[in-house]
Amino acid sequence: MAEHDTLLQVEHLTKYFPIKGHAGPGVRAVEDVSFSIRRGETLGLVGESGCGKTTLGRTILRLHEPTSGAILYDGVPLYRRDYPFQATAQGELVKRHAPRAQAVDMLPYRRKMQIIFQDPSASLDPRMTVGEIVGEALDIHRLCDGRAQRAARIRELLSMVGLNPEHADRYPHEFSGGQQQRVGIARALAVEPEFIVCDEPISALDVSIQSQVVNMLEDMQAELGLTYLFIAHDLSVVRHISRRIGVMYLGSLVELAESWELSRHPLHPYTQNLLSAVPVPDPELSRSRQRAVLQGDIPSPIHPPAGCRFHTRCPYAAGRCREEVPLLREHDPGHWAACHLLGETAPADNPPADRED
Amino acid sequence: MQQRQTPAPPPEGRPLLEVRDLRVSFFTPAGEVRAVSGISYQVDYGEVVGIVGESGSGKSVEAYSIMGLLQPPGRVVGGSITFEGEDVLSFSRRELTAFRGGRAAMIFQNPMTCLNPVYTVGDQLIEALRAHQKTVSRREAAQRAAEMLERVGIHNPERRMRQYPHEFSGGMRQRVMIAMGLICHPKLLIADEPTTALDVTIQAQILELMKDLQRQTNMGIIFITHNLGVVAELCHKVCVMYAGKLVEQGSVDDIFYRPGHPYTVGLLRSMPRLDAQEHQRLIPIEGTPVDMLDPPEGCPFAPRCPHAMEVCLRRMPPYVDLGPGHRSACWLRVQERLPASPSGRKEAAHG
Repeated sequence: MAEHDTLLQVEHLTKYFPIKGHAGPGVRAVEDVSFSIRRGETLGLVGESGCGKTTLGRTILRLHEPTSGAILYDGVPLYRRDYPFQATAQGELVKRHAPRAQAVDMLPYRRKMQIIFQDPSASLDPRMTVGEIVGEALDIHRLCDGRAQRAARIRELLSMVGLNPEHADRYPHEFSGGQQQRVGIARALAVEPEFIVCDEPISALDVSIQSQVVNMLEDMQAELGLTYLFIAHDLSVVRHISRRIGVMYLGSLVELAESWELSRHPLHPYTQNLLSAVPVPDPELSRSRQRAVLQGDIPSPIHPPAGCRFHTRCPYAAGRCREEVPLLREHDPGHWAACHLLGETAPADNPPADRED
Repeated sequence: MQQRQTPAPPPEGRPLLEVRDLRVSFFTPAGEVRAVSGISYQVDYGEVVGIVGESGSGKSVEAYSIMGLLQPPGRVVGGSITFEGEDVLSFSRRELTAFRGGRAAMIFQNPMTCLNPVYTVGDQLIEALRAHQKTVSRREAAQRAAEMLERVGIHNPERRMRQYPHEFSGGMRQRVMIAMGLICHPKLLIADEPTTALDVTIQAQILELMKDLQRQTNMGIIFITHNLGVVAELCHKVCVMYAGKLVEQGSVDDIFYRPGHPYTVGLLRSMPRLDAQEHQRLIPIEGTPVDMLDPPEGCPFAPRCPHAMEVCLRRMPPYVDLGPGHRSACWLRVQERLPASPSGRKEAAHG
């Protein structure tokens, strides 16, 4: 998978959250996820709440310490550890010996890898002025010599994200939600990062403000050559901003493709359902459209279904799906999907008739 | 599932609900906030009316006043609300109690805050029914509650009725809310962002359910949302609100294919679409939403409007009829109607 222009590579990344008083792995939030991001591209990550997309984003930055797997940034391993569990005959996961993780000190990498959080008001300290918030990153990494340079840099950053630099002395509550998110973006940009995890950066914003922030993120990328991992549940926004999209379901990556390809020829049944569930802002189209409604709810990630994790809701599930975990495989050039039914004949072009109306 | 039936004509030739020039204000220490200022629309039997607007546009406040749920310092300061010919605003406390949950029901964005965590779902459904139909025995009520749960797609209702709200998932709780709203067979259902907190696949389930129920019961639905996709899918008529004012209303096709107000146009253009053919830069609505404590004097959208003229900043435009049932409050539309309009701004709204 590794190419010379790969900026970030993730291999078999797994994050379990242990539950107190519980033996076994606990909440299996992210399991065996592998992908890479090229320099300068935007990889979108979609999935429903609880699918592990936010955990994945934070684990890549090691804001959560991974359980196992490997993270390589620009060819340098930031983390590497073997999988510390093995499955019994009953399918239960029990601990086994795995050497301690090899991990680097993250501080130098914090300058290169940044994050923008979902809830702008919760991610800004209410007792710090906007200038202090943006300046804190400059101080930690000692990026400015002297007060004058620091103040100038803060002003520059604020105007870069479309805020009035005169407002550096104001507190977060004096700004609207959209403006607060701009502060969060200015803070991330302060250290001149190469890679930014955008974790649902526009979900908390009003519709008319969302497009302002999306445009700004695109401008920043063009100007500064940034690489994004863009996490969101809104497929239309993710498709708009991303070159490639990964679809997650219950901790696993089930499909990965160019965003164009993914929205036109989704291979995995879950992706097909997800696309069909998005309401189209076009009355004519929505009247003529047949929608496949997914039945049931997402199962618990504490006891995920055996085999393919989607089989409990999949309209096409067969015997093999209940037993064997499907691997992410390349079905068309650059189009990866994890589904047993994608053999020689892809079910995407030939859906069976037993869909729920 | 593909056809949206046109609503049946009202049995007595009058609309189910008529809101006229409704004004609601909040009297805060910082001054009067005109949350809703003079909106009028009607809902017919079997009709789904979407109310679209951003946070703070007054769409929820307006719905709360129909249900008599406004809390101080909020107060209806003018206008009328007529439900099946009766004046809702003059209802006594008792009449209001019978009206709420009986003839008109409301479901909310967050079902967890509306369901009582210490009672079983069954108890709450039975209570909702018996509060309005006192002659119904507990056993009969339990049976009807089970039927209702089944109808909103909850399997194994007898067992589920013995469970507490926390034992239900988010989508299932919203189904319980809908069941509770519908258990007395209301004629009007107000749904305040019922799918906003849900995932898209669960939202799709709830939308399909609401479409089915609406077809079966011929009730009128007011659907409050900020999601234009949901509106396109579900509604017959749409009211677009901005800063407490109804800036445009019309059929769903009017709003999506022939929008007459720059705000509506802006909303439609600023959204990325899943079926877009190529990557196009989004066209956002510039500026920020109105500060309701200090609203602009004229049209509330004027400070953000790319076509704003001098008159827009000074006076609120009157409504202009753009077609049957299609009205918009915009000076551009007024100007178009003037026979000798000197301005060449006609194409501006779409340009």
